[in-house]
Amino acid sequence: MNNFDYIRASDIDDALASLNTHDNGSFIAGGTNLIDLWKYNLLHPDLLIDINHLPGHHAIEEIEEGGVRLSAFLTNADTAYHPLIEERYPLLSKAILAGASAQIRNMATNGGNLLQRTRCYYFYDPDAPCNKRNPGSGCSALNGYNRIHAILGASENCIAVFPSDMCVALAALDAVVNVTGINGERNIRFEDFHRLPGDTPELDNNLKRGEIITSIDLPAKGFAKNYSYLKLRDRHSYAFALVSVATGMELDGDIIKEARIALGGVAHRPWRLKEAESFLQGKRADEHSFAAAADMMLEGAKGFKYNSFKIELAKKAIVRNGLMALDPHSQLPGAQPSA
Amino acid sequence: MSTQPTVGKPVSRLEGKLKVTGAAKYAAEYDVPGLLHGYVVNSTITKGKIVRVDTGRAKAVNGVIEVITHQNRPKLAWFDLQYTDMDAPPGVVFKPLYDAEIKYNGQPVALVVATDFETARYAATLVSFEYEEEPFETCLDNNLEKARDAKKGFATILRPPPPKPTGDFEGAFKNAPVKVESEYWHGVEHHNPIELFATTTVYEGDGKLTIYDKTQGTINNQVFVANVFGLHFKDVRILAPFVGGAFGSGLRPQYQLFLCVMAALLLKRNVRVVLDRKQMFSFSHRPQSVQRTRFSTDENGKLTGLNHSAVSETSQFEDYTEQVVAWSHKLYPAPNTLFEYKLVPLDVHTPIDMRAPGGVTAMHAIECTMDQLAYKLNLDPLEFRLRNYAETDPSTQKPFTSKALRECYQKGAEKFGWQKRNPTPGSTIRRNKLVGYGMATGMWDAYQFPARMEAMITKEGKLVLNNAVTDIGTGTLTVMSQIAADELGLPLEDVTFNYGDSKKPFSMFQGGSSVTASTGVAIVVAAKTLKKKLFKKAAGIKNSPIAGASEEDVIFKDGNIYLRNDPTAYVSFKDIISLNNGRAIETTNMGAPDVLNLRKYSKAAHSATFVEVEVDKDLKIITVTRAVTAVAAGKIINPKTARSQILGSMVWGISKALHEETIMDEKLGKYINTNLGEYHIPVHADIHELDVIFADEKDTLINELGVKGVGEIGLVAVPAAIANAVYHATGTRITKLPIHFDELL
Ligand SMILES: Cc1cc2nc3c(=O)[nH]c(=O)nc-3n(C[C@H](O)[C@H](O)[C@H](O)COP(=O)(O)OP(=O)(O)OC[C@H]3O[C@@H](n4cnc5c(N)ncnc54)[C@H](O)[C@@H]3O)c2cc1C
Repeated sequence: MNNFDYIRASDIDDALASLNTHDNGSFIAGGTNLIDLWKYNLLHPDLLIDINHLPGHHAIEEIEEGGVRLSAFLTNADTAYHPLIEERYPLLSKAILAGASAQIRNMATNGGNLLQRTRCYYFYDPDAPCNKRNPGSGCSALNGYNRIHAILGASENCIAVFPSDMCVALAALDAVVNVTGINGERNIRFEDFHRLPGDTPELDNNLKRGEIITSIDLPAKGFAKNYSYLKLRDRHSYAFALVSVATGMELDGDIIKEARIALGGVAHRPWRLKEAESFLQGKRADEHSFAAAADMMLEGAKGFKYNSFKIELAKKAIVRNGLMALDPHSQLPGAQPSA
Repeated sequence: MSTQPTVGKPVSRLEGKLKVTGAAKYAAEYDVPGLLHGYVVNSTITKGKIVRVDTGRAKAVNGVIEVITHQNRPKLAWFDLQYTDMDAPPGVVFKPLYDAEIKYNGQPVALVVATDFETARYAATLVSFEYEEEPFETCLDNNLEKARDAKKGFATILRPPPPKPTGDFEGAFKNAPVKVESEYWHGVEHHNPIELFATTTVYEGDGKLTIYDKTQGTINNQVFVANVFGLHFKDVRILAPFVGGAFGSGLRPQYQLFLCVMAALLLKRNVRVVLDRKQMFSFSHRPQSVQRTRFSTDENGKLTGLNHSAVSETSQFEDYTEQVVAWSHKLYPAPNTLFEYKLVPLDVHTPIDMRAPGGVTAMHAIECTMDQLAYKLNLDPLEFRLRNYAETDPSTQKPFTSKALRECYQKGAEKFGWQKRNPTPGSTIRRNKLVGYGMATGMWDAYQFPARMEAMITKEGKLVLNNAVTDIGTGTLTVMSQIAADELGLPLEDVTFNYGDSKKPFSMFQGGSSVTASTGVAIVVAAKTLKKKLFKKAAGIKNSPIAGASEEDVIFKDGNIYLRNDPTAYVSFKDIISLNNGRAIETTNMGAPDVLNLRKYSKAAHSATFVEVEVDKDLKIITVTRAVTAVAAGKIINPKTARSQILGSMVWGISKALHEETIMDEKLGKYINTNLGEYHIPVHADIHELDVIFADEKDTLINELGVKGVGEIGLVAVPAAIANAVYHATGTRITKLPIHFDELL
């Protein structure tokens, strides 16, 4: 590790101003991704700005429009176990708890979770070609071992996936990301936050250099009665999703009034398809409807040598998760399929 | 108070408290004055030559002392044989920093030495190498046509080439009424003990080195260091009091030892080198193998033909071999057999033994093929095995020293509830889950190597034993102390077993499940001599209470020698020593297998594993919900540490069947999932009910203790049993390990 300076920011302005005092300054929240990237020789910050101790920035509170605001600086664990989240947004709670390990969730923050980098093996290997790490060098995954890679929205420059669980739920919930820069504040709709790789796979999201995420707003609708998060992976815990699904529904008897479905592990950002969700409106909440929606969502999906199975798996996962959402009690810990 | 025997009792690890409180010191934890820290730079190409090295930027970093590469390294032994070690396969040992040649990706190419670890690690990123790359081959499947016979050499004594054919396999197979032909495949695994490989070298001056090293063989590494660096054996001391797992990766000296000693000698300073997790994938692995089986039976399910061929990878410089294809005929009788074993050299590092090397590879193919046959024959898989039960070793016609496999089958099946199995695949459904039962047999060698034991009774009347053997986390210290305590009738607290030190008398490296038999027998032999000496002294004391008695008339208990039929007449060890002018009574003896007698027998440990899996009916996610392993391994010295060995093996078996695999990118020529986030081993959520049973196997022939070793036998049957259970649950046979659930979609 290179030598670096460290400061503990006293408030948002201090954090933002400090960024400009060095060439390569970086915020550090939980550090669970940043320090790894550093050790893998992918990043070399010369200044760490610790944003874990900003006064007045560790709350979860109800906001005017009936929703809830999560501080970006709160840990994933404190968020998942917060009574407001457990009661009103259990989908978010489940998704967070399906991620990483208890130890990591105790350190990881909400802001950091949105900004974590892909887990593509080739991205983490400084000596392998990777357009995300080194634009123009090529994509090793395209013809390499791409079991964990994208089937939707990929480009020939990059087939990496965004690995977060929490963000799959945030996408389904239509969250809004609040950020502050030297020029003031902006609000970014969740669907506009993360990007597809296109020709600029080096950009994971639309946050600008010099901006800080301060909070995340959850709209009033939390789907607390009918929701489910399902995560399919190579072991039962502590592995990233091959495919995950967040489903939230509002039902009228067995008729769907509103449905949200977001997929994780399949694209460079959490994947939703509005058409599939509107298709479900007014349909019976059953296997048949979910299967039709699943087909719509996976239309145009493209598998590679080692990950074509994800297409079929995602469809089946959407169906099962729809059924699990009808009876949230059927869900097992760790976002496993219902027994 | 009278001392009770400890052998057979579940004694907790004597060093357990030190370990759980963090007080046990591992190789990277010795802080010595002026310690320098080395960080290794690894090659980023797979094959070729280094054409330019630039260490300037690294050396300019504050705190960097030296950057050692092949260009400025100190003189080394030039004779290849001097680099060899007791476990070196035939070929030429890899020599770090020897020349500009790159033989595999991740090969060490430089050592950066600095005043602290982080500085060394940072400076290592600034060392730049220019390479001339050459084409390479790292993929077994693409190179199967290059398969050839393995070279023979010293290390192949324990890994003989495949047995000669018997009968006429091709003829028998062609005409057999029931037969199965299959191909089995498993990926590369890296050992990944949690303790990273590390060495701390203390530069004592006068050509003397004290080296704390992570190893399974202190003397093996002592000899290596002395040979390579031209030092006297007695001046090199390797210490390994605690080893945080190794699983075979510590059977040979690894490159961090070499580089650490080199730096210490060059700089005349104390140096430590610790590898990081990614570097743990830059040496030693279980080789990938492709196996083909063709088994046939008659109408009654009696095996008539066994053909097992295996092709494994090795490096371009050494021919690492395993015993893969001989097992089926040690387990099942068949008149016609044909076995082949070949190697494909690739541009990778040499594989090394990994827990149950060859055995677990082979038994996956053998026991899944047996399962396929059972279905063809419409026989219960257990019944099929019982029909082919071998009372004597079919491959040698020799009797076993003992074989309680039948008891393993019976007890295991009973505990598991095997009789409840519905024979039809896919027939048992539990809500959303398909339920499958699978079983498999395991077999493993029962090795014993010579060992020398130094034993003495101190003036406190206590027993002290000295031996070079390591305790790689298996419970060796505890088990050896138990054996010694019982031999002399002492309480455990009165026994001190000093180990993990190359200065002490010889034991072989800790591998092949051999230590309890090897080092344990040496204790028995030394204890016998010690008792003789004590008795002689005691009987010779003036007015001795046991005067006139013969050795058969006395017993050793609680630190005294008693007359067997008059417990009031005794002499204490303490008295003996004080009458010996306070000088300890000591002896050094050799324990060795009774080769002449054992030649008449086959010796092996056996096991049977029964597994229940649940497979989600839509999503195919697999869970091993229950597993029972019954083991026949002779006398169990300590049921607690032995059970831990079997449990650990079973977890590994689950890992091998469902999770664990190092992925080679054949275009880049390197392993890509080189961290414990992406190299999957089971976590708690993957492990459910595991049961261990030990068969009551009395073996009076195998050695003085009647033990066979339990380090590996618990693993052998598990992957096959899981694969068989997955078939039973789903009706789909996956012949590749690890089984990815999506292959069932
Ligand atoms: C082994 C392992 C397994 C994991 N498994 C999972 C999993 O299964 N599912 C899952 O979802 N996640 C998983 N994670 C990822 C984990 O959730 C993220 O590492 C974590 O959420 C990142 O948060 P952090 O606070 O530690 O971020 P840091 O590492 O501190 O920061 C990450 C990046 O975000 C920037 N940053 C942080 N906060 C802000 C802010 N408020 N504003 C602007 N920039 C900011 C930092 O500068 C840095 O660039 C895993 C991680 C590890 C190491």
